[in-house]
Amino acid sequence: MLLIPCPWCGPRDEAEYTYGGQAHVPYPQDPASLPDEEWGRYLFHRANPKGPHAERWCHTAGCRRWFNAVRDTATNQLLAVYRAGEPRLAGGEANGRDLFA
Amino acid sequence: MNPRPPGADLPEHPDHLWRDPEPGRSYDVVIVGGGGHGLATAHYLARNHGITDVAVLERGWLAGGNMARNTTIIRSNYLWDESAGIYEHALKLWEGLEEELDYPLLFSQRGVLNLAHSLQDVRDSVRRVEANRLNGVDAEWLDPQQVKEVCPIVEISPDVRYPVLGATYQPRAGIAKHDHVAWGLARSADAAGIDIVQNCEVTGIDVSGGRVTGVRTSRGTIAAGKVALCAAGHSSVLADMAGIPLPLQSHPLQALVSELLEPVHPTVVMSNAVHVYVSQAHKGELVMGAGIDAYTSYTQRGAFHIIERQMAAALELFPIFARAHVLRTWGGIVDVTPDASPIISLTPVKNLYLNCGWGTGGFKATPGAGWVYAHTIAHDTPHPLAAPFTLDRFTTGALVDEHGAAAVAH
Repeated sequence: MLLIPCPWCGPRDEAEYTYGGQAHVPYPQDPASLPDEEWGRYLFHRANPKGPHAERWCHTAGCRRWFNAVRDTATNQLLAVYRAGEPRLAGGEANGRDLFA
Repeated sequence: MNPRPPGADLPEHPDHLWRDPEPGRSYDVVIVGGGGHGLATAHYLARNHGITDVAVLERGWLAGGNMARNTTIIRSNYLWDESAGIYEHALKLWEGLEEELDYPLLFSQRGVLNLAHSLQDVRDSVRRVEANRLNGVDAEWLDPQQVKEVCPIVEISPDVRYPVLGATYQPRAGIAKHDHVAWGLARSADAAGIDIVQNCEVTGIDVSGGRVTGVRTSRGTIAAGKVALCAAGHSSVLADMAGIPLPLQSHPLQALVSELLEPVHPTVVMSNAVHVYVSQAHKGELVMGAGIDAYTSYTQRGAFHIIERQMAAALELFPIFARAHVLRTWGGIVDVTPDASPIISLTPVKNLYLNCGWGTGGFKATPGAGWVYAHTIAHDTPHPLAAPFTLDRFTTGALVDEHGAAAVAH
């Protein structure tokens, strides 16, 4: 079970959260004008890196707010959390700062 | 009292069934991934197409990934015609595979029950039974009493949290011993002259002028006329080396076994709704699989609360398991596609091929996947049974949606 630090509530068990997949995937501005390849890419392709991954979580059983996290998929270590709407973090920002402090 | 201990009828572990060659400098075909599918592909490249200048490169040890981590269930009762084609082809190959490989696989056609727990489950299941029959796949709809006759330890009381309202039944389905399958295929490929190279991690794919020319590995560069990716959970990582994005998500999937028990479970029972599937291995362990962890991960381990939830559901279905113990749990990485169907395909890079996306259910397809993938590689064109499963369906939208029959909730 992961210990995930909600930006509002602090560290809580993974069971309180819902996973929301890759973060920062914008809806296409004009879907009707997209070629099939690009529309297919928007529908079906999501990042699947072995390493840092920016992803969405919802604190379903807590504050019920969505936020973003950077997690290393090779280790499951959480590298950064930040509120929805904030710019993407690379994951190195947590260096020297305890996410769970 | 049975004087023979569980497992006494199993064959002894073999000594050496294949050589341990140094990787050569070049091959006609390099298969990346020495799991069941990679070994089956090698076997059928030699057997069906006479192509033997082949290396199977395995990052770890032979068949130590998902081939060693799955629950060995074999069935072909999928909904759509395309799926029936490839999975039933695989099941027919299973039925002759022990003779073909001259090796005991402990293939046991003990049948599979897919339980229905809600009215919608019942409707979907009956539809699937009818679809199976139209495709020549053996299938029956059983009411709860008939379920009890096939598998007496299933609780069919209407008062439980997940009442059994019936089940689909495929009598020809079953299980096999996964290690033996890998060893039999590896022995056959090796005997044909194919190099099986373990501890050889592919770190790069060389592409020149839109055509693959070889792979870089932890044991040197290997030139290749054709490169066939066959790496399940790590497919995205490999394809990325050739600049090919894949519509895959890699998730942990867990399974577990109990201690060795007397034979109590005569068949295979699966339940979509409660995320559990159970059989009893030849030695006597109960083998159970869980649902996937929600997030993507390459850690080959899952969260314990998934196991806990799965055990709670299993106990509702099988009260007799209440005093069994979990002996061992483990996880593998499954590569899940948006439509829960595999990808067997040519790629935008010439002579680079793709077999992935089998997600939670690749073991059952092992010989069938190897057969059609070998054909696809040998002829540089999709085998007719693989044609519906090419990469471009995620552009055309011609999906083969098998979420209902894939059994593990995605």
